[in-house]
Amino acid sequence: MDLSALELSRLQFGMTALYHFLFVPLTLGLSLIIAIMESVYVMTNKEIWRDMTRFWGILFGINFAMGVATGVPLEFQFGMNWAYYSHYVGDVFGSLLAMEGLIAFFLEATFVGLFFFGWNRLSKLQHLIVTWLVAIGSNLSALWILIANAWMQNPIGSHFNPETMRMEMTSFYDVFFNPVAQSKFVHTVSAGYVTGAIFVMGISAFYMLRGRYMAFAKRSMVVAASFGLASALSVVVLGDESGYTMTEHQKMKIAAIEAMWQTEPAPAGLAIFGWPDVKAQKTYYEIKVPWVLGLIATRSLSQQMPGIQELVRHGKVRIKNGAIAYGALEKLRKNRLDKETWHLFQQHQNDLGYGLLLKKYTAYPQRASIHEIEQAAQDLVPNVFCLFWSFRLMVGFGLYFILFFTIAFILASRDRLEKSRWFQKMAVLSLPFPWIAAELGWIVAEHGRQPWTVDGILPTFLSATDIQASAVWTTFLAFITFYTVLLIVDLKLMIKYIRLGPVKALGPQSFGRVTDAGL
Amino acid sequence: MLDYETLRLIWWGLLGVLLIGFAIADGFDLGVASLLPFVAKKDEERRIVINTVGPVWEGNQVWLILAGGATFAAWPSLYAVSFSGFYLAIFLALFGLILRPVGFKFRSKMPSSAWRQTWDILLFFGGVVPSLIFGVAVGNLFLGASFHFDDLLRVIYTGTFWELLTPFPLLCGLLSVTMIVLHGGVYLIAKTNDPIAQRARIIVIISALTAIILFAVGGIACAWQLNGFQYLSAIIGDAPSNPLGKEVVLMKGAWLHNYTLYPWMMIAPALGFSGYIGVIPAVMGRYEKFSFILSAMSIFGIISTVGLSLYPFILPSATHPGHSLTIWDASSSQLTLFIMLLGVIIFLPIVLIYTSWVYRVLRGKVTPEILEENQTNAY
Repeated sequence: MDLSALELSRLQFGMTALYHFLFVPLTLGLSLIIAIMESVYVMTNKEIWRDMTRFWGILFGINFAMGVATGVPLEFQFGMNWAYYSHYVGDVFGSLLAMEGLIAFFLEATFVGLFFFGWNRLSKLQHLIVTWLVAIGSNLSALWILIANAWMQNPIGSHFNPETMRMEMTSFYDVFFNPVAQSKFVHTVSAGYVTGAIFVMGISAFYMLRGRYMAFAKRSMVVAASFGLASALSVVVLGDESGYTMTEHQKMKIAAIEAMWQTEPAPAGLAIFGWPDVKAQKTYYEIKVPWVLGLIATRSLSQQMPGIQELVRHGKVRIKNGAIAYGALEKLRKNRLDKETWHLFQQHQNDLGYGLLLKKYTAYPQRASIHEIEQAAQDLVPNVFCLFWSFRLMVGFGLYFILFFTIAFILASRDRLEKSRWFQKMAVLSLPFPWIAAELGWIVAEHGRQPWTVDGILPTFLSATDIQASAVWTTFLAFITFYTVLLIVDLKLMIKYIRLGPVKALGPQSFGRVTDAGL
Repeated sequence: MLDYETLRLIWWGLLGVLLIGFAIADGFDLGVASLLPFVAKKDEERRIVINTVGPVWEGNQVWLILAGGATFAAWPSLYAVSFSGFYLAIFLALFGLILRPVGFKFRSKMPSSAWRQTWDILLFFGGVVPSLIFGVAVGNLFLGASFHFDDLLRVIYTGTFWELLTPFPLLCGLLSVTMIVLHGGVYLIAKTNDPIAQRARIIVIISALTAIILFAVGGIACAWQLNGFQYLSAIIGDAPSNPLGKEVVLMKGAWLHNYTLYPWMMIAPALGFSGYIGVIPAVMGRYEKFSFILSAMSIFGIISTVGLSLYPFILPSATHPGHSLTIWDASSSQLTLFIMLLGVIIFLPIVLIYTSWVYRVLRGKVTPEILEENQTNAY
């Protein structure tokens, strides 16, 4: 295969990020569920809740190790494969990663050891606090990472400094309180909670179907059902929507998600099915619900949603301005004191990123031909087909989770979980769904951000390290091999402990009291 | 807000603090993993060794994550140039590092001895390979890396992986492995009983002698062998961070100039030597905690020696000395440095407090009885 270092770096980052994201949502959700179970134990003093905490804790531990192992390569890859990105936005983006380490990851990682090794050394209350600190640490970790990610989607609180050729922070407050970050955080952690809840549900249902550990499984399901219902509602209702209209490119993302080629009269309809043809810029077999999209995206009946073609036309104007800014920047490098050029640069500097898009086609954006500008403008459109379907599948799963947890909640409150075998089967079959939904969500957010790494500021192709493809091939193949082996080992161990079940996994002596509870 | 020059100096110091923090805190985890096949023979012994670091290594590793994040944030060009330039080397180190989380956790989850021996070998590599590579990377700082920038400040690296492996960097790599092994050894002495502790004692004594020799040879090489970098332009402490347009020359012995200019800097190498000289009698006299402190002191001294010798350079360029990264032209903006400093001032003490509480809870030696008590979760 003849892939460039850029394409390989993208594949490698995408692959390792999606892989890491298999473990993160479960860590987020399961840490909280465990903390809730242990809280019940401390309050009621019933041993079964302690055993629940410890058993789900074993599975949590296996998953957590995978999360830690696969998280480090992501941080390293920014420097390794995305050197210009690191230089260009380190001032803002890097500081958020550093804060994550300092404030969140330290907390989570320091106490997770004590969670496992502290059972005999801590008082009940102390251990409970440790568990909560692990859960809080994981969630804070997600907060900082999503603030960093939100800045890539909606880069506020910063400006370009021509003397250092990079973005620099102007307001930490703005970066921290980025509105995109808030909706992203709630959306993502809720998705993690759903994952944790379905994980507990599915495995407990597996025990019930075999008629084993009924008391243990029922209590676990009750916790997961209530926690899961709240989370599933939160994922969908407080979803990612509020961020979409923030910037031009977010408008492009939503137009691409909807495969809305032309601007529609307000309020736009929501397509629930269709077959987008990217070449012809048309969507076939479209089924639309009138008004809904306009209502969701603009929260009004009169505001118009621009279509892809209109956004490309806007983009072309910005690219032309960006080319002027690029030319001015080059002149300024030769003569920093040229006031007229300074003025010209300042006028167009907001479009500099659009000018950089031309670097793909010409070394001199300021002298780009009409044809090159046209090409760069077409690059503004992300992969419509992929976004259209990823988004629909993700939403479909989201709605399914609401239905699933509503049923679970009703059955739990009527005390019918043990008898409803059909539901137990449904729960086991639902096990893989939250992971698929989470991965699709990542694709919508990050693939939909293309052609940018930082929206409107820095194009992806320019962000990559200038490196030989053979070097990236080496690491890419090594990652694939290692990660495949690791996934097999991880699943093998998970299945081993699930099959062992709580009694054997925790050792019969320490589980004695649960047997009294009705096993 | 503090002035730019001061902030840059503080962040240069903090980069050192974080790297030293990593070497001291995660260093013994790496050292214990490297020593695993040598100090422990039977499975039970190996489990004891692994469980000395089992509960704490995860938190310790965050020092590395934080050092990485802080370099990204405070020294973006350093982060970009070093990680991309040393691409394959960094990848190897990374590979070793990520073997540990799964290695520690997964090893005990299956009883088969083939399974456990495989993880033992992987853990050994997970300890030795990163230690070696970090040392080799530091050695290459003294030689300069082959990179320069274009007009847009994109870094262009022209070196190869193999050219990193010249004698001086390899010497630094060996020193690094020795330091890490020694540090793992003093930790094991404090956390285990004989025969593991006894084996560790012998290794610590041999390592201390080796480290003293290697460190001295490194100093001699700097004085008579290596071309050091010399900053010729006037230093402007608050200039924008742009590494182009300064004058730098190479001169034999220049890496020791700082010690003539600022004799107090001699404290750093002195600490490096004296810790290791002292650790030998301390280990033989069974002063367990004191041995650990002496080892940490030497780590502090040796890493500080590196930073102070290079000052004001942080990553010199061998091919374009004028493009070298220095404290004065590779940092992030004044605002970012200031806000991050606030973060560190508030949160680092909190981290240190809860970390020491965790160590207090886990104090004492790891014995077979302790493993028995915590069958479910012990590694």
